[in-house]
Amino acid sequence: MQKIEAVNDFVIKFANINGSGSASANELVARAILRMGVPVSPRNIFPSNIQGLPTWFEVRVTERGYLGRRGGVDMMVAMNPQTWDQDVREIETGGYLFYDNSRPLPRSRSRDDIHVIGMPLTELCNNTYSDPRQRQLFKNILYVGALAHLLDIDPSEIETLFGQQFKGKEKLLDANLQALKVGREYARENLKPIGLKVERRDKVGDHIFVDGNTAAALGCVYGGATVCAWYPITPSSSVAEAFIRYTQKLRVDPKTGQQRCAVVQAEDELASIGMVVGAGWNGARAFTATSGPGISLMSEFIGLAFFAEIPTVLINVQRGGPSTGMPTRTQQSDILACAYASHGDTRHVLLFPEDPYECFEMSAQALDLAERLQTPVFVMSDLDIGMNQRLCRPFAWDDSVEYDRGKVMTREALDAGSDFGRYLDVDGDGIPYRTYPGTHPTKGGYFTRGTTKNAYAGYSEAGADYVDNMQRLLRKFETAKSLVPLPVLTAARYPARFAVIFYGSTSPAMHEALDALAEHGIYLNALRVRAFPFQNEIVDFVAAHSKVFVFEQNLDGQLTTLLINEAGVDPHSLVTVVHYDGTPITARFITQAIADRVARLNVHSRKADRVA
Amino acid sequence: MTYLAKPKLHHPSLAKNRVGYTRRDYEGKISTLCAGCGHDSISAAIIQACWELDIEPHRVAKLSGIGCSSKTPDYFLGNSHGFNTVHGRMPSVLTGANLANRELIYLGVSGDGDSASIGLGQFAHVLRRGVNMTYIVENNGVYGLTKGQFSATADKGSKSKRGQANNDTPIDLASLALVMGATFVARSFSGDKQQLVPLIHAAIAHAGAAVIDVVSPCIAFNNHSGSTKSYDYVREHNEAVNRLDFFPQRDEITAEYGAGEIIEVRQHDDSVLRLRKLHAEYDPTDRVRAMAYVHEHAARGEVVTGLLYVDPEACDLHRQLNTIDEPLNTLGAAELCPGSAVLEQINASLR
Repeated sequence: MQKIEAVNDFVIKFANINGSGSASANELVARAILRMGVPVSPRNIFPSNIQGLPTWFEVRVTERGYLGRRGGVDMMVAMNPQTWDQDVREIETGGYLFYDNSRPLPRSRSRDDIHVIGMPLTELCNNTYSDPRQRQLFKNILYVGALAHLLDIDPSEIETLFGQQFKGKEKLLDANLQALKVGREYARENLKPIGLKVERRDKVGDHIFVDGNTAAALGCVYGGATVCAWYPITPSSSVAEAFIRYTQKLRVDPKTGQQRCAVVQAEDELASIGMVVGAGWNGARAFTATSGPGISLMSEFIGLAFFAEIPTVLINVQRGGPSTGMPTRTQQSDILACAYASHGDTRHVLLFPEDPYECFEMSAQALDLAERLQTPVFVMSDLDIGMNQRLCRPFAWDDSVEYDRGKVMTREALDAGSDFGRYLDVDGDGIPYRTYPGTHPTKGGYFTRGTTKNAYAGYSEAGADYVDNMQRLLRKFETAKSLVPLPVLTAARYPARFAVIFYGSTSPAMHEALDALAEHGIYLNALRVRAFPFQNEIVDFVAAHSKVFVFEQNLDGQLTTLLINEAGVDPHSLVTVVHYDGTPITARFITQAIADRVARLNVHSRKADRVA
Repeated sequence: MTYLAKPKLHHPSLAKNRVGYTRRDYEGKISTLCAGCGHDSISAAIIQACWELDIEPHRVAKLSGIGCSSKTPDYFLGNSHGFNTVHGRMPSVLTGANLANRELIYLGVSGDGDSASIGLGQFAHVLRRGVNMTYIVENNGVYGLTKGQFSATADKGSKSKRGQANNDTPIDLASLALVMGATFVARSFSGDKQQLVPLIHAAIAHAGAAVIDVVSPCIAFNNHSGSTKSYDYVREHNEAVNRLDFFPQRDEITAEYGAGEIIEVRQHDDSVLRLRKLHAEYDPTDRVRAMAYVHEHAARGEVVTGLLYVDPEACDLHRQLNTIDEPLNTLGAAELCPGSAVLEQINASLR
């Protein structure tokens, strides 16, 4: 029988029942491999539930540093009878099935083309422990021990990790070390070697291992956010929770012990965004974190912040929609909802981070942009980036950079006789000056409203005033193009007439796919869009290619729609490829999709289209 | 409403307060509400209260929702920043504004549609949190701007201008404020400025969530017979439990009272509230009793007004969050950004 043989390049998937303590055991395997200098990319595939439903944890071991989801499973650790059949089906031919054989497995429920590895985990546990919770928890550690032996994971790395995890809890530490040893010894004495191996390398470098939500929260700390208002919603809750955790350490006044920020868990998303708008109006840097249903609820306020021109930052960790949709699955399906949130003619600035590094960077940048542009700014993360730990560049901060507080008119400027019109376009860039409440006893006060107004913030229903204001807002959006991050070009090794556009969490799978395609002689230029509004670089890129594949993790091709509507690119030059089942897009999917389409296009168009 | 512009010149003999402003300095634009609207009387009471309290006008931030009442912040304190937010959501915006700068005085102005119907949730939660503010509900039981539909505070059985009876149970915002933990709850009547102005004084001095539910008749749509929010009805059924004399902390108290006639409450900022009892048994520091009292009288068709409840030791949201004394909006990168050295440590902990 065929046997998958691979060193530092394979996928292990753990099938567990949620609430059984499996997540931390599985993470232990990932971290130990990482400590051996071999990049890993873990993904938690979990239910919207606390205990009893199926949950999976997938670890991709990837010496070449491909951090996207690969697709396919080389080894399944099948610990959940509920999903057994499905889990067994997923294993690649020649792959491995590791299971608890305390009870015999009917042959009909297995496969002939895979290698089955049975270990009596329950029996071993029941013989060693009497407490039911211990039997459960240590069952996980037993299989970690067995895998360490089978995959050649250095046990000292796991022991070090235990040491850090159970610092000061010696009893727990000893018990875990013991379970690990039992698992390893059983495997050494009873299990046959397998073809998947981990070998020590030095491929991790100075990279850090962190989830995007933690990174976004840290970005808000560094970016100077002082007000966070939020309402719990998967998959964004851990942004606010991480912000609380960091600020309790990093935002404490050393003299008084008081906090240099305020965090409020609101009663709903209407209130959380309202608080952010109020704080932004009053000159504090404020943000909220939410997901799709929250954006729907916040829409009225987003329109107010747009029209009254109030700095507002929203971190949208996208999940599957519509409605409650797939709360624990990933998608990029709020692009249009955020770009045009609220009634009337609105347009909003969007940033698309590719990984935790950019979640950090763009969250801090969003706070600057929101104040510079006096408008809502969205950081469009998603569950795949937000809730999974990902290897990425270490966070960086330039201490010499000051926050950009935008155009704020001071008491001194007002006293010097500056003409203050809250909505007056003084500089021709569409961005007016604002005053903070309480600035001056007699000058600079104004009444902020969502109704139409003239340049001096006076209530006006005059059509000409309305049109002037809307035209200025358009100029402001034009100005935004010069401030938001530029797209990133990855040029093909040879001149290419085909290209891809992608954004956000698609990035690692795309880079892997481009390498794979190049190996097959298919060369494409690739552009990663990092922001809306779209710059001319994006328009020029599309114009320079005969076909551009736009990869999106939603059904409707929302970025494609936005490119056609807002950048005016030729719809015929775009081919949208979508992946929207709630799992992260894979390199295999992208490679296949492009290879198929390129083959078809070449057959039909080579003669007519001489651009190639 | 009037279309005549207000003269910009102030008469030189107008009296100035301790911070050098005349009463006119606390005015705003000309009201565009109907002549005789109760809301304009409340605006006048706010103007008088702020002038008398020697508050610099620009130190007040005025926030409102949507509706006739929510338009009024344009008609007083013209040099203050104001924010006409979205319908029913003023409390959250006020909360955020207050978090950004705890040094300003926050005045929330809302109506019964804004606070009891669409905004009931935010009304309740802003009180739970103890946001330091004065929240005035201009309560007329009716939607004015959309021409006369019942609001959620309309009494059961009261009649609309067209004679239609309201079948729904009313929401009593003063009772709700008591339940939700407001630390200052009063009810008044727009037609009784003598009662209302000292209540606004005391509410502004109160260091917590202060609510004043002001019955304010709608002259256009809810001032007919059969209405329970008309001038005539409220005058007939008004049961004031006390009369408030407010003494800011700096003022020496000189008024003389007979023994047993008053209750004295010293607030957190050392301001003193002296309440002349009109109902001998009423104790405005007893929240549970206050709730029962309001209900007992409501059952008899009476509108209980006055200072219904005050907790002199109120704790506000900033104290609960343990935020620093300086306004958060004044902090710069030096105070807020932990810097690259700390970031290196964080990076190291993530390897």
